[in-house]
Amino acid sequence: MSSGRDAILARVRKSLARGPVDDGTRAELQARLSGHPRGIIPARSNRDHGAQVDLFVEMAEAVAATVDRVASPDGVPDAVGDYLAQHNLGADIRMAPDDWLESIDWTQRPTLAVTKGPSAGKDEVSVTAAFSAVAETGTLLLHSGPSSPTTLNFLPDNHVVVLRSSQVVGAYEDAWDQLRAAGAMPRAVNFITGPSRTGDIEQTIMLGAHGPRRLHIILVDDG
Amino acid sequence: MKTTTRQFKDNARTALADTGLQSALDKMETGFVVNRANAAARLPEFEALRDQGRDIKNHTLEHLDFYLETFEANVQKAGGHVHWAATPEDARQIILDICRSVDAKTVTKGKSMIAEEIGLNEFLEENDIAPIETDLGEYIIQLRNEPPSHIIAPAIHVLKEQVADAFHEAHTDLDPGRSLEEPQALLDEARAILRQKYLDADVGITGANFLIAETGSSVIVTNEGNGDLTQTLPKIHIAVASLEKVVPTLEDASALLRLLARSATGQEFSSYTTFSTGPRRPEDPDGPEQYHVVLLDNGRADLLGTEVREVLRCIRCGACMNHCPVYGAVGGHAYGWVYPGPIGSVLTPTLIGVEEARHLPNASTFCGRCEAVCPMRIPLPKLMRHYREKAHEEKLTPAAERAGLGLWAFAARRPGLYRWAAGLVIRVLGALGRRRGRFASLPFASGWTRYRDLPAPQGQTFQQQWAARNGRRGRGA
Ligand code: SF4
Repeated sequence: MSSGRDAILARVRKSLARGPVDDGTRAELQARLSGHPRGIIPARSNRDHGAQVDLFVEMAEAVAATVDRVASPDGVPDAVGDYLAQHNLGADIRMAPDDWLESIDWTQRPTLAVTKGPSAGKDEVSVTAAFSAVAETGTLLLHSGPSSPTTLNFLPDNHVVVLRSSQVVGAYEDAWDQLRAAGAMPRAVNFITGPSRTGDIEQTIMLGAHGPRRLHIILVDDG
Repeated sequence: MKTTTRQFKDNARTALADTGLQSALDKMETGFVVNRANAAARLPEFEALRDQGRDIKNHTLEHLDFYLETFEANVQKAGGHVHWAATPEDARQIILDICRSVDAKTVTKGKSMIAEEIGLNEFLEENDIAPIETDLGEYIIQLRNEPPSHIIAPAIHVLKEQVADAFHEAHTDLDPGRSLEEPQALLDEARAILRQKYLDADVGITGANFLIAETGSSVIVTNEGNGDLTQTLPKIHIAVASLEKVVPTLEDASALLRLLARSATGQEFSSYTTFSTGPRRPEDPDGPEQYHVVLLDNGRADLLGTEVREVLRCIRCGACMNHCPVYGAVGGHAYGWVYPGPIGSVLTPTLIGVEEARHLPNASTFCGRCEAVCPMRIPLPKLMRHYREKAHEEKLTPAAERAGLGLWAFAARRPGLYRWAAGLVIRVLGALGRRRGRFASLPFASGWTRYRDLPAPQGQTFQQQWAARNGRRGRGA
């Protein structure tokens, strides 16, 4: 549809009363793109790291996520097992094939039945890592890739995210900086803030619309 | 989609008599309105963020061609495709061709106002492809065969009993005796039914809240997670978006995201904000194999050169309708086309013509609440006034109104005549209305008195009072 394209761009330029942007302007706009300047960052996340982690927990809990803080990675299998028991969820978990998650000794909780890979819609519980977490609004950032299938974030009824406290940043912009440093933009970047919800029936908020009914965050203290 | 915009007045009358609708609209004031105010109050930077949001969009619009070309190049770099659609027909055909390329039978859809604007569902059905809306509100109205009545809460006008009726009628495989009294039961049923649809669909179509030039990403914001299942599970993801959705960088999108949920529902952030960039990578375990963006113009490029250009800053948060006394009285369907409320009153004449939509800019009390809450600081009343004037210039206002204004202008230029006539009217109306102090109906003013009483004039005309005051002052000086 290149004719559609050219005609549309021509109309845009006509409305702006100019031709294609001149070289000087183009250079300025390119510089703005590559410099991606930050705008106003709400002051609420501008605090020391420990306080940012606390803010993350407070904001996540405010949107009905549950948070369990554990002292070390060794505490994760029990935290997962206890969560399953508490909600009568059986022993099966579908885990992301993530190096750090795999470095945890899951045999500490021998009753857990761990399988790995994406979800085809039959799993009740997924366990994933996160790329980072934003204190500002209690938001987790997960992105697609070999170690993080996107289906695990949306299909299972229960999404358990294992997050290290060192991964918590203040604002969205901090997360973007880290993501850019990690390489090319992944196919999917998911900002997740609490479990799935809807207000579409008489404006009454209910959890578990199409995505997970519960979002449980296991926060590992790593300094 | 079929428009009933010309019948705004009849639509409004029906809406005012609809008690179910009226109770739904009452809830908006305690829900959206209070929640937005609280969310704004919790963020001290909110007003400054609104200025910044306006500036980001103005900057983008000023260089729209550059950012669209950059967006296109980056989508292609990530392995995706961009299709430019000048008209709704072009957009529909592009989408149909993509669906046909994989012999699609069913298509799941995330909520998209652009899909409504181009009448996509009807068109797909005509071509033997079943579109399935997955946003709960959109699903409900699809079953009821009606258009959305709100841009972020499409089924806001539907009572839960009506949802239950629609489900009983549509889900015939389920036990007809099941109870659907509780909203939770309705949600669970919709969840189970739609779950299978996501898995079966060949193509997933979503809208986009933003397009990001820097990365070639489309962004969707949902609370349900339906958009993510729609764009993750099928072989093909198509995002449909209008030109003005593009912003330069991830930082710019973040700045606007800080305004969107707070203005829309009063949430700090919606549950899911997803940035999609190209199709599944070779090493990815899931995701669509093809990624397409359909860029719709439909008059926007031309609009950019007009006085109503500022409307292109809109991020479709819905705050203007949540706070609008007219929307709050008549709901969204009365507006007769895709976009209701103040934003609809400005967009609709732009997109379907001043003649078709000439009532909408008049469906305003000019109270200014919409502009006061619009996160993008769009001067909605000013833009509505622009269309009012345009309709009058193009002689689209009714003969009686034009004749009335003509008569007024004639008299206003002749002060003696004006004073005499106004004094006469005041005396006559005052005498007639003395008993109740108000008129419930008045010949030649039924447009006003049909929905509200007109207070009977008391005492003298303004000019008589002015003369008396000045006279007093004159004597005192
Ligand atoms: S006009 Fe403003 S308030 Fe209305 S939907 Fe658009 S951005 Fe929101």
